[in-house]
Amino acid sequence: MGAIALRNVEKTYGHGPKAVKVIYGVNAEIPDGEFIVIVGPSGCGKSTLLRMVAGLEEITAGEIDIGGRVVNKLEPSERDIAMVFQNYALYPHMSVYDNMAYGLKIAKVPKAEIEVRVQKAAKILELGGLLDRKPRQLSGGQRQRVAMGRAIVRQPQVFLFDEPLSNLDAKLRAQTRLEIRKLHHELGVTSLFVTHDQVEAMTLAERMIVMNAGRIEQIGTPEQVYQKPATTFVAGFIGSPPMNLLHGQADGSRFTVGGQALQLPAAAPRAGPLLLGVRPEHADLNPAGAWPLRVEMLEMLGAERLVYGRLGDAAFTLRIEGTLVPPQAGDTVKVLVTPEHMHWYDPGTGQRV
Amino acid sequence: MVERRPLATALSHLVLVLGVLIIAFPIYLTFIASTHTAREIAQQAPMSLLPGDNIAQSYNLALFGGQTDNGARTPPVAPMLWISLVSALVISIGKIAISLLSAFAVVYFRFPLRNLVFWMIFVTLMLPVEVRILPTYKVVSDLGMLNTYAGLTVPLIASATATFLFRQFFLTVPDELVEAARIDGAGPMRFFWDVLLPLSRTSIAALFVIQFIYGWNQYLWPLLVTTTEDMAPIVMGIKRMISGGGDAAIDWNVVMATAILAMLPPAVVVVLMQRWFVKGLVDTEK
Repeated sequence: MGAIALRNVEKTYGHGPKAVKVIYGVNAEIPDGEFIVIVGPSGCGKSTLLRMVAGLEEITAGEIDIGGRVVNKLEPSERDIAMVFQNYALYPHMSVYDNMAYGLKIAKVPKAEIEVRVQKAAKILELGGLLDRKPRQLSGGQRQRVAMGRAIVRQPQVFLFDEPLSNLDAKLRAQTRLEIRKLHHELGVTSLFVTHDQVEAMTLAERMIVMNAGRIEQIGTPEQVYQKPATTFVAGFIGSPPMNLLHGQADGSRFTVGGQALQLPAAAPRAGPLLLGVRPEHADLNPAGAWPLRVEMLEMLGAERLVYGRLGDAAFTLRIEGTLVPPQAGDTVKVLVTPEHMHWYDPGTGQRV
Repeated sequence: MVERRPLATALSHLVLVLGVLIIAFPIYLTFIASTHTAREIAQQAPMSLLPGDNIAQSYNLALFGGQTDNGARTPPVAPMLWISLVSALVISIGKIAISLLSAFAVVYFRFPLRNLVFWMIFVTLMLPVEVRILPTYKVVSDLGMLNTYAGLTVPLIASATATFLFRQFFLTVPDELVEAARIDGAGPMRFFWDVLLPLSRTSIAALFVIQFIYGWNQYLWPLLVTTTEDMAPIVMGIKRMISGGGDAAIDWNVVMATAILAMLPPAVVVVLMQRWFVKGLVDTEK
């Protein structure tokens, strides 16, 4: 019932020559009850897309379908959705109870029913003792929970989250992340969650949509997106530090990067110019390795250590155990990469080969 | 400012005390004069600075009118107070209502020429009542509104200042609040009543005080649009009392009692609303 379908959705601001297109023909099918995270850098159109689903932005072209109903022309309140905003957007002059009850009051839900729903939401979110407080008397985390409570009491088909954790400190963010997952598990309501934080995306998503510059780069489970990034953008965006991308010429099992020929453990998918991607955590320091890395700098992160260096003239980073005896800057060490950890991309289109 | 300099402290206190004296002394003098008889005031020069025993009679005479010591008839001030009160209330409440609505329209609705409309309102800031007083008089007179409450108040209700103030306030209300209200299903007027108005409480209180005093102190405009004595507000009444005859013929105790009466309502409004100001400053809601 709460399935969402986006069909060729486009968004253009302005008209005529000054028009700015921000969303280019987005297609996605989200089954009922799934938790979808839309992730991308600032300005990629992810919030705009969410706001189009909410009905806060007009849809320039295409169709948005919620629960089998095209909602393009419906007011936000008629779409059977609830939204949690980044800055919570609680009504400052209303008590916590009234904040949660306001939408139901307008919808003319009977008082007794409102009471039941608000109390239930308050119980789920542990807001019981705070119902008479004003938002300004609450901490950031509590406000966040009230904002979620306001969404829950509406019993919508779809929850929309617009970067709801960005205003919380790191510890609270991790905790709230867990609570949101728990909540989704309990309520099973289709959720669209927008964030620019890849950790949030990876941990919360059942499936994630990676967006860049108004287009969808990849849709998939966190595992798929991490293990098989569909484009060089996804490869560079998901994972920290980002995947190493080496420009070079492939010829059988030889790959030439800036004059330095690297021996590949398996043949490249095709000959000619290619991009080779290797995640820093998937490259090992190993005397049996075939790639000579000139070490330039090291960073100690505690459990692990980052080694920055050069393969030929290309920058290359790798992540090693913190307990290993590290190489020194200026050393040349051998790097070993196994075939399953090599990602090949077309340098022209950025698509996976 | 946590410096401890006894001399500076003493000096600043001295300046403050002097300032208070300069402002308070004339009011004290007015009050003292209203407690003496007209004859005492006329004969003793300088006047005694201690209260006399004529207070009840002076205020009785001022409020309800009657025969004075000089043998003249003095008109009752009570109806004038009523007229001033009604005018000031209508002006301040009307101004607030109209400005709230026009600011709401200018900030939250996209209609053609929206900016032009706003700037037209804004430009009228440059045209105070005095500048447009003759054309306004002509309009009011042609509409047969001379000597009416409508004539006294309606032309003073439109206010660019208040519209501008509310516009600036509305612009600081986060957009997400509007969006949250839309998702909750609140229409524009519902949003206005349930969210915007409660948030504007403190601005409304501030504006009410300013506009009440503005309305109460109107002099030039009532002078033009009222020709009969029964529609004169109190500020005009005071002027009328001291306009006839020489110094000896004026009942200064009644005049001063009237002046004190005229000062009281704005003072009451300020004192009562001051609590709201403080409250507004303490809970910065937004």
